[in-house]
Amino acid sequence: MSQILDSYRGLQLGNRWDRAPKWFRTVALLLVVAFAFYLPFLNILPFAYIRTDLNPTGSDWASVLFLIVVYMIAAVGLNVVIGFAGLLDLGYVGFYALGAYSVALFGSPSSPVVQALQSRFDLSEEWAVPFVMCIPIAIAMSLTAGVILGAPTLRLRGDYLAIVTLGFGEIIRITARNLDNVTGGAAGITQVPVPPGPEIDGRSFFNTIDAERWYWLALVILILIVWLASRLEHSRVGRAWLAIREDEDAAAVMGVAGFKFKLWAFAIGASVGGLAGLLFGSKQQYVEPNAFMLNLSFLFVAMVVIGGSGNIVGVLVGAFLLTYLPERFRELQEWRPFAFGLALVLVMVLRPQGLVPSRRRAAEIEDRRHEAEEAAADA
Amino acid sequence: MPEHEIVGAEELKDTSDHDKIAIETSGAVGEVLLEVDHVTLRFGGVVALNDVNFDIRRGEILGLIGPNGAGKTTCFNAMTGVYTPTEGTIRFKDQEIAGTKPHRINHLGIARTFQNIRLFPEMSALENVMVGCDARHKTSVLGVLFRAYRVRPSEGELPKSGIRRSFAKVFGISRHTLEERAGRRRSMELLRFVGIADRAHEVARNLPYGYQRRLEIARALATEPELICLDEPAAGFNPAEKEDLMGLIRRIRDLGHTVLVIEHDMKLVLGVTDRIVVLEFGQKIAEGTPEEVARNPKVIAAYLGEPDDAA
Ligand SMILES: Nc1ncnc2c1ncn2[C@@H]1O[C@H](COP(=O)(O)OP(=O)(O)OP(=O)(O)O)[C@@H](O)[C@H]1O
Ligand SMILES: [Mg+2]
Repeated sequence: MSQILDSYRGLQLGNRWDRAPKWFRTVALLLVVAFAFYLPFLNILPFAYIRTDLNPTGSDWASVLFLIVVYMIAAVGLNVVIGFAGLLDLGYVGFYALGAYSVALFGSPSSPVVQALQSRFDLSEEWAVPFVMCIPIAIAMSLTAGVILGAPTLRLRGDYLAIVTLGFGEIIRITARNLDNVTGGAAGITQVPVPPGPEIDGRSFFNTIDAERWYWLALVILILIVWLASRLEHSRVGRAWLAIREDEDAAAVMGVAGFKFKLWAFAIGASVGGLAGLLFGSKQQYVEPNAFMLNLSFLFVAMVVIGGSGNIVGVLVGAFLLTYLPERFRELQEWRPFAFGLALVLVMVLRPQGLVPSRRRAAEIEDRRHEAEEAAADA
Repeated sequence: MPEHEIVGAEELKDTSDHDKIAIETSGAVGEVLLEVDHVTLRFGGVVALNDVNFDIRRGEILGLIGPNGAGKTTCFNAMTGVYTPTEGTIRFKDQEIAGTKPHRINHLGIARTFQNIRLFPEMSALENVMVGCDARHKTSVLGVLFRAYRVRPSEGELPKSGIRRSFAKVFGISRHTLEERAGRRRSMELLRFVGIADRAHEVARNLPYGYQRRLEIARALATEPELICLDEPAAGFNPAEKEDLMGLIRRIRDLGHTVLVIEHDMKLVLGVTDRIVVLEFGQKIAEGTPEEVARNPKVIAAYLGEPDDAA
């Protein structure tokens, strides 16, 4: 295993990529994107073996692709919090759930909120907030939750944030389950709206059968989010986050408003999580509390950490592996927790900086290790 | 911006252009810039500062000296918002700053270096300084994301040719881009000013000790402080390096900064400062010109037996 890792390291992919001419990088990137768009129709052997629907019990390939991309979006958002700003958020599923519930609560004609609005303003029974309007609502809801949660806790140091966010993730789910007359309780909400689009063959453009359209939509959003996140990374904001991570007090004396930038990271992460949740809820056309269990939070964190905290490509790889592998090897269902745990332990032992690490994060981990060794030697 | 851009040969030439990094100051030389007003600071039972009282005047180089544990660093910490005085107050440009957040104090115009070097170890030298420059930049997080704030560029700022040039002519250039460029240029200039531009792209933790000390100064200067506080900038330097540093401190003053410097080496302090404040056991025991202080019996007694370069 470590030999494989060594030979992989010997390739120096990161450095080569950086040194490659610009036209090459552009072309390569475009090819990757084009291939990603083509993936749902992949049918050429041997590549088709990556499909998840080769046997009759397998999951629908395009739906799996959609889920992968939704989780990628969430992971890129969580990476802003964990990888860039260095804040451990264990309740990310809370924002994801808020996004999904926002579109359901405001966009579904059968949601208690919409029904209340209908009777209050004498609207027809089909009326609901249009999908396009639900997007800003979902983002605003999760962003507000992020700010409300972050404002008091980000002033604290250390592990408080992890504990508080952990609680937050559960609170959202439990609230959704118990507030029967607002969220529909354990039964959830049906008739969640889908994005508008031309009708084809008598079906709306975004429907439950043609999953590849959902996948393409999510892919476009993912590309947009990755683009924005890398803008942040290579700017004063990214530098401020890095400075805070390395030495918060020194950063403050150099004029970096630590709290402000941490809150921004938190708010950005929350809104991206909300957006991912919105896509998920809309595709399912059904939202229920049990879809947002706490272990989804841990899965998100694992995607970021296993992939390579702080490196967007790494995080995408992490999200891909942790979503794709369980779907591809469905027949080994009962081994899932074991395989997951084993993979986690292996990565932490062999490659604590993640599969595709951020160069800086790797160096930071190495520094900590030296510090710990020195401290142990002193004692 | 790629973080590993190669420095052009022209960037390496050691001709720092003072005009490009000099700061604008708003007051007259000689007026009171910072006032430490009867400050007492206790840590539990330890009285680190006891009724300390002195002024810093604009444009001067003030030395702060005293034996180990005299409270010099604590005084810096009180001035930069790291600690809040137990009693008394500190005024900067007639504004109370005791208890203000460190980053706000920095924005008001005070910067410092640390006695035990505290750079951002995994950032390159250039990036360390750019963090300092960012303190003066206005682009917000949303500005970075959406680049909606456009500025009409001057001829020199326009891209050389092609579609990008026409685009910039029509839509302007985002303030973020311009600030990023200006910060990069100014940071490079500052690295050259302190004499470490040849290793601008090396990660801070890999720099030699003397470079790290100078990098701390460059980073502090980048925040365009009216008052810069140097905490033992020459610690661990050999005589030749100390000589260099004296020159650097003078040149910093010439850029328009007021300098407060803590130093143990008497020769360096007497040679470079305009005035000196002496602390011992948290109390001010003397204040005056280098000649006055050097003759002061209390100071001589306090320093008797003190090794020159106690860490
Ligand atoms: N955070 C703190 N908690 C408790 N005591 C402190 C703290 N910071 C400083 N002190 C004490 O305050 C006194 C002054 O310390 P300070 O670091 O200001 O001295 P100094 O003049 O900078 O000395 P040196 O020349 O060694 O740098 C010392 O007795 C020190 O132990
Ligand atoms: Mg000290």
